[in-house]
Amino acid sequence: MYEILEKEVLAPTIKKLKVKAPLIAKKTKPGNFIILRVDEKGERIPLTVADYDRKTGVISIIFQEVGYSTKLLGKMDKGDQIQDIVGPLGHHIDLEGYEKVVLLGGGSGTALLYPKVRGFYEQGAEVISITGARTKNLIILEEELEKYSDRLFIATDDGSYGHHGFVTDILKDLLEKEDDIDLVVAIGPVPMMKAVADLTKEYGVETIVSLNTIMVDGTGMCGACRVTVGGERKFTCVDGPAFDAHQVDFNELMNRLNFYQNEEDLVYDTAVEEDN
Amino acid sequence: MALQKKKTPMKEQAPEERIKNFKEVPFGYSDKEAVVEAERCLQCKHQPCVEGCPVHVPIPQFIQAVIDGDVVEANQIIKSKNNLPAVCGRVCPQEEQCEDVCVMGIKNEPVAIGRLERYVADYNMERGTDSTSAEEIEKMKVPELEGRKVAVIGAGPAGLTAAADLAKYGLEVTIFEALHETGGVLRYGIPEFRLPKAIVDQEVEAIKELGVDIQLNVVVGKSITVDELFEKGYESLFIGVGAGLPRFLNIPGENLNGVYSANEFLTRVNLMKAFKYPEYKTPVVVKDKVAVVGAGNVAMDAARTAKRLGAEDVYIVYRRAEEQMPARSEEIHHAREEGIEFKLLNNPVAIHGKEGRVSQMECQQMELGEKDDSGRRRPIPIEGSNWMLDLDTVIIAIGQNPNPLLTSNTKDLKTKSWGGIEVNEDQQTSREGVYAGGDVVTGAATVIKAMGAGKTAAENIKNYLLEKSKK
Ligand SMILES: Cc1cc2nc3c(=O)[nH]c(=O)nc-3n(C[C@H](O)[C@H](O)[C@H](O)COP(=O)(O)OP(=O)(O)OC[C@H]3O[C@@H](n4cnc5c(N)ncnc54)[C@H](O)[C@@H]3O)c2cc1C
Ligand SMILES: Cc1cc2nc3c(=O)[nH]c(=O)nc-3n(C[C@H](O)[C@H](O)[C@H](O)COP(=O)(O)OP(=O)(O)OC[C@H]3O[C@@H](n4cnc5c(N)ncnc54)[C@H](O)[C@@H]3O)c2cc1C
Ligand code: SF4
Ligand code: SF4
Ligand code: FES
Repeated sequence: MYEILEKEVLAPTIKKLKVKAPLIAKKTKPGNFIILRVDEKGERIPLTVADYDRKTGVISIIFQEVGYSTKLLGKMDKGDQIQDIVGPLGHHIDLEGYEKVVLLGGGSGTALLYPKVRGFYEQGAEVISITGARTKNLIILEEELEKYSDRLFIATDDGSYGHHGFVTDILKDLLEKEDDIDLVVAIGPVPMMKAVADLTKEYGVETIVSLNTIMVDGTGMCGACRVTVGGERKFTCVDGPAFDAHQVDFNELMNRLNFYQNEEDLVYDTAVEEDN
Repeated sequence: MALQKKKTPMKEQAPEERIKNFKEVPFGYSDKEAVVEAERCLQCKHQPCVEGCPVHVPIPQFIQAVIDGDVVEANQIIKSKNNLPAVCGRVCPQEEQCEDVCVMGIKNEPVAIGRLERYVADYNMERGTDSTSAEEIEKMKVPELEGRKVAVIGAGPAGLTAAADLAKYGLEVTIFEALHETGGVLRYGIPEFRLPKAIVDQEVEAIKELGVDIQLNVVVGKSITVDELFEKGYESLFIGVGAGLPRFLNIPGENLNGVYSANEFLTRVNLMKAFKYPEYKTPVVVKDKVAVVGAGNVAMDAARTAKRLGAEDVYIVYRRAEEQMPARSEEIHHAREEGIEFKLLNNPVAIHGKEGRVSQMECQQMELGEKDDSGRRRPIPIEGSNWMLDLDTVIIAIGQNPNPLLTSNTKDLKTKSWGGIEVNEDQQTSREGVYAGGDVVTGAATVIKAMGAGKTAAENIKNYLLEKSKK
């Protein structure tokens, strides 16, 4: 069991939990994730380690409530116990050797992006962060990003805050004006990552995306997380989750993410009924 | 009294009933049936059956105890060699091992050793008399080893067996397991209707009673490394991480929705209890028409599981012929009874989809040619014989390789080209103090072989530690 030490609501559906997990806190590097099970009957869901403190043995996770499991997790409070947490899983991102990095986060993808922003910044790279969401109150981690970025841009689909439009508009602008960007990192909804990949390909800039496939074990045992990268089969949990954006088959990824749509809705509906 | 030629039958659930539930198929022997079967044993002096068993269970001795009505003693006899009799009695390929060489089997059917073993184990579990006796533990204890720390990586049959013996020697044993449950394939692979999970729980409880500490949710190589385990004071390690990496066919369409590896499919159903969905929250989708590619135990388990989840038509698609199917004959028989259709001598060449989901599998017919290296007649494609099988779901069950997660994160651990860890006859790896066994060494094999390796390793770890303290 893993105790929740703190809970923070970052946006109406985006929450942050601090959890005691010393073994994981000790080993995590930016880009690693964990898999957790809220309770005995729960699914195993992957979440990025947003922050970690090796001394206190505490990790933070930030998640968006999109379906049953994340909503259930969102209902938990300080003092509650999470059934299982395993990690750190996946490869961490290699931060060295880059001087100027643009990092884009879409929606809750920003949570996944944040540890990388911090990592690159602490490594001494020039960090430009761009975060976007549908509307102003869904923009998260602004303060934290501000702290670890040389420049921070914000975009909202409805124009309620920052640039009116997509994060890719800002990226395009940057790529036009500044030709010394040596890496772009994009994390968010698949269409956003695909748009970023298409754009940076034109400019020939190395780009990394972190893929949010469906997972079960997270150790390379089941193959649920398989994706096609550069024409080869890769397991996101052990070969990723970060991949060269220009090699990823995004259409396949999008299709696979929708596999359980009906079933997820069923669990969700049943749970809502139980609540009422 | 004339010798009964055939095995005493074991009652089981009727096929039309059992395909609607996940309960165990055979019911086990009654006390009376067990004695009738036990009396078929000739008590051969040269005991070929014992040689046939990979861990040398004293078979005639335990059978004699059953005849004498001392089923508790029978259990202790089995447990002196086999820590998991309730499991082995159910899933051992007895027909290739102990029963294959049974003298009764020359003219008649062999003694049903597996069924008797199961009977003895169940009898004792039900009565709570299955713990290893205090005398037995006392006998095994090695005073010099008391309190010294060893680690076991992986809680499958290999790891559990090694841990149990190491604990009996008096060592302080910690098991590190990646998943949130123990048992390895016994938990996530073999379905409830063949091996009830309550049995795995009881076996694990018995191991805990020996003082073994089990740490779940620890992926060695990620959460903690082999080097760090040594730094933490573990003097020796046993690696039993299995062969969990699923193979795929490498044909077009394999990433369509509705294509599962058998590992994923069975893990969702067994470990995550998707068969109780939506009470348990992990979904699995089979719909009406399911093809399972492959013909081993894993394939039979997947096919029979799909049937129980409500699929109308379930096919086994296999590129070789009937005689070459690697599954246990009992499993093939059970699958047939349950209405699984066998499409033999058919090789899948592509999976086709509609709107991102499986709709058909293209198969090419095969014929048998010359014998290959494995001594089996090689299947050769028949030109122009491609045909389409309408499907909603495809499950790939063509084998597993060792998972590289641990080995690739551990220095100086020699592996073979296909990923298996190299060991000598003592199960010792290329690293001092590190032993390995089970599927991670042999590739996908059997429960009893994994247990045998765990046992051998435990004994050699004991010897290694004794040697080490002399230095
Ligand atoms: C390596 C990795 C790291 C991740 N890190 C984070 C994180 O830090 N914060 C965070 O909020 N999320 C993260 N995710 C995504 C997160 O795992 C999913 O949102 C979660 O599993 C959804 O579970 P659910 O039961 O709440 O929703 P479900 O009921 O499973 O799904 C609800 C809806 O979301 C869609 N969906 C399902 N799974 C995913 C997915 N993996 N990604 C996107 N959409 C999905 C479904 O199609 C459905 O429409 C990560 C995923 C991966 C693979
Ligand atoms: C569906 C199916 C049906 C089968 N049917 C039969 C049968 O009828 N009869 C038979 O004899 N055999 C059968 N087998 C084969 C048998 O189950 C295996 O040979 C046996 O389980 C191997 O045991 P093991 O201990 O080596 O590995 P496993 O059972 O695979 O256990 C390995 C354990 O190690 C854990 N692990 C992996 N990596 C790490 C890590 N890095 N850190 C910590 N833990 C880790 C895994 O999670 C797992 O729990 C079947 C196999 C399958 C898949
Ligand atoms: S362990 Fe397996 S092979 Fe050995 S006696 Fe029992 S059933 Fe036979
Ligand atoms: S070979 Fe058969 S008959 Fe002979 S002792 Fe063994 S089980 Fe009994
Ligand atoms: S999640 Fe199972 S292999 Fe990646």
